[in-house]
Amino acid sequence: MYRYDPYDQQIVDERVAQFRDQTRRYLAGELTDDEFRPLRLQNGLYVQRHAPMLRVAVPYGLMSSTQARTLAALARKYDKGYVHVSTRQNIQYNWPAIKDVPEMLAELAQVEMHAIQTSGACIRSITSDPFAGVIADEVIDPRPWTEILRQWSTLHPEFAFLPRKFKFAVNGALNDRAVIQCHDIGLDLRRNAAGEIGFRVLVGGGLGRTPIIGEEISAFVPWQHILTYCEAILRVYNLHGRRDNLYKARIKILVKALGIEEFRRQVEEEWAHSKDGPRTLTEAEVARVSAYFTSPAYAELPATDAGLEAQRAANPAFNAWMKRNVLAHKVPGYAIVIVSLKNPSVAPGDITSDQFDLVADLADRYSFGELRTTHEQNMVLADVRQSDLFALWEVLRANGLATPTFGLLTDIISCPGGDFCALANAKSIPIALAIQARFDDLDYLHDLGDLELNISGCMNSCGHHHVGHIGILGVDKNGEEWYQVSLGGSQGNQTSLGKVIGRSFAAADVPDVISKIVDVFVAQRTAGERFIETVRRIGLDPFKLGVYGAAAPERK
Amino acid sequence: MPKIIKNGCVIDDTAQILVLDEGQAPEALNLPEGPVFIPLAVWQAHKNTLAGRAGLGVWLDSHESVEDLAEDLDSIGAVALNFPKFTDGRAYSGAALLRTRYGFKGEIRAIGDVMRDQFFFMQRCGFDVLQPKAGKYTDTQLEAALASFKDFSSPYQAAVDEASPLFRRAQRAA
Repeated sequence: MYRYDPYDQQIVDERVAQFRDQTRRYLAGELTDDEFRPLRLQNGLYVQRHAPMLRVAVPYGLMSSTQARTLAALARKYDKGYVHVSTRQNIQYNWPAIKDVPEMLAELAQVEMHAIQTSGACIRSITSDPFAGVIADEVIDPRPWTEILRQWSTLHPEFAFLPRKFKFAVNGALNDRAVIQCHDIGLDLRRNAAGEIGFRVLVGGGLGRTPIIGEEISAFVPWQHILTYCEAILRVYNLHGRRDNLYKARIKILVKALGIEEFRRQVEEEWAHSKDGPRTLTEAEVARVSAYFTSPAYAELPATDAGLEAQRAANPAFNAWMKRNVLAHKVPGYAIVIVSLKNPSVAPGDITSDQFDLVADLADRYSFGELRTTHEQNMVLADVRQSDLFALWEVLRANGLATPTFGLLTDIISCPGGDFCALANAKSIPIALAIQARFDDLDYLHDLGDLELNISGCMNSCGHHHVGHIGILGVDKNGEEWYQVSLGGSQGNQTSLGKVIGRSFAAADVPDVISKIVDVFVAQRTAGERFIETVRRIGLDPFKLGVYGAAAPERK
Repeated sequence: MPKIIKNGCVIDDTAQILVLDEGQAPEALNLPEGPVFIPLAVWQAHKNTLAGRAGLGVWLDSHESVEDLAEDLDSIGAVALNFPKFTDGRAYSGAALLRTRYGFKGEIRAIGDVMRDQFFFMQRCGFDVLQPKAGKYTDTQLEAALASFKDFSSPYQAAVDEASPLFRRAQRAA
């Protein structure tokens, strides 16, 4: 993985010093709340419902075991002994004290980490495929490119005060796992007919209040030009994006207002001035960064481990975990392991410091000392020998990290919601836990198959409810918490936005509603059909009937 | 007397920033003596008579485009770009365009909600004079604020102050 050179380290160290002084001036009354807010946000520091929240960047979800141990230690020292994996692959602390944050950032800097631009109206930390480098359908490893973009976007002087937040995602595989169609800029690495690397560029996608699927602004930007091209997009947005209305300030609104052709014309006109200039990416830089992402020293192993089948046959629980939480690796004899953070007794995405240390140890022992976070709020050990899977599973299971539900109904994506977040209209976590409690029969869950359920506590959509096969959105009705249910959302190559099925529900009714939806699916599915495929085939009406009965009332 | 930061030093400055009153037409011109920044609309109404006047600058609000001044830059000594709120970042692009696209060599001044925490970015984008609001900082605080210019030693990006990105200006070993 990427390691800081003295330049990277100096930038992060200087950022710590800058923020330490800003915090000092704030606590001394020299900066007002309004002045300090954007400064702290661009260092990942929110002030939440009960306490501040610090969001630490995990660029493209990749970290070393050393970094993991530091993150775990910080949670013990400055927080309550656990952290939360966010839907942008970052790590969140829910209970730090503002005065401690500069010190936390200083300790993070010692292991080449930071919280730069994990919030605020700027280019946010960039997400990518959690299986980068190890999955068979990968065309081009996105990690070097994402790292290059990380450096370009870090403290960019022109784009620190954009109209609104700005999110990039990068995919390099045949199947998108980075939700690139729902980002301000989605980048799809590909080769052209001549075999040269470049990017298909999508722009103006996003979830939030106005969910929009990104449009293609360029079918192929050669790699040399990706930074100047993105800079041109950002400049047009910085100058012309709306600043009069927070809800209309994302780039998607500008792209819709201008139309993609006119937006493209403005970007290309801007780009013409910088294209081929000194900001053009060099082969040397790509080679330098790529050198950090070479394959680890894989052993030559048989494609299938001899003992594995016997272990699976002898142990149904192990077999269930293998079926769901272990994915094929591109290298023979290896496997990709999902470390589940969806234990039904714990908030989705939460992990204790002890568990985090354990995963770090397991990474050292079984996976070349690296681990990853996913936007679905799990972790990944990406390079495990098949012959180690049983031993790994036993340790994970003993520590509540082997819930065999990856991609199933109870592998819920959930924002922190009203329990923590000051923006939320409603709680998310209790809804997730109630659904997990209702669907506690593993055989039944496995029989239902792939089914993604996402929960957001408000329109900001941090829980990605728009792209859940089942989406749940917390809404406020006269001061009460209600939940709106949508169906038919999907991430990946066939990204689609869910449609609301009708009037919303009280919290206590949500598990029943999900049961009824699932019952309709079970009754209607054809052999081997996935939930999302059934929804697409039969439409929403049978589900509405199942949920609301014959007199399905219109949405209010 | 108002203080500005120019070339990394705190100095007194006498330039006035002329603001049109509500409903006041730009044609009604009553320029004070001495250095003055006039609104874009006033400049556009009077450029024939004002071009080349000593001490004359034009200021743009954040929604106004520097493109509208592009043809006139030879006859203007200074341009000021207003930050109505420091979170309104349009002027960073405006300053960068003035320097790189239109080759403006004169003064580019940041006015309005100018905070020390933006000095580094402003300098990088081509501002050479920074004018925090009167009373924003004490003299001591303003002197202390000069340290913000040195917040970062070797930033990653190319900008107005440095034409090459880090990957071209430094030998970075893998």
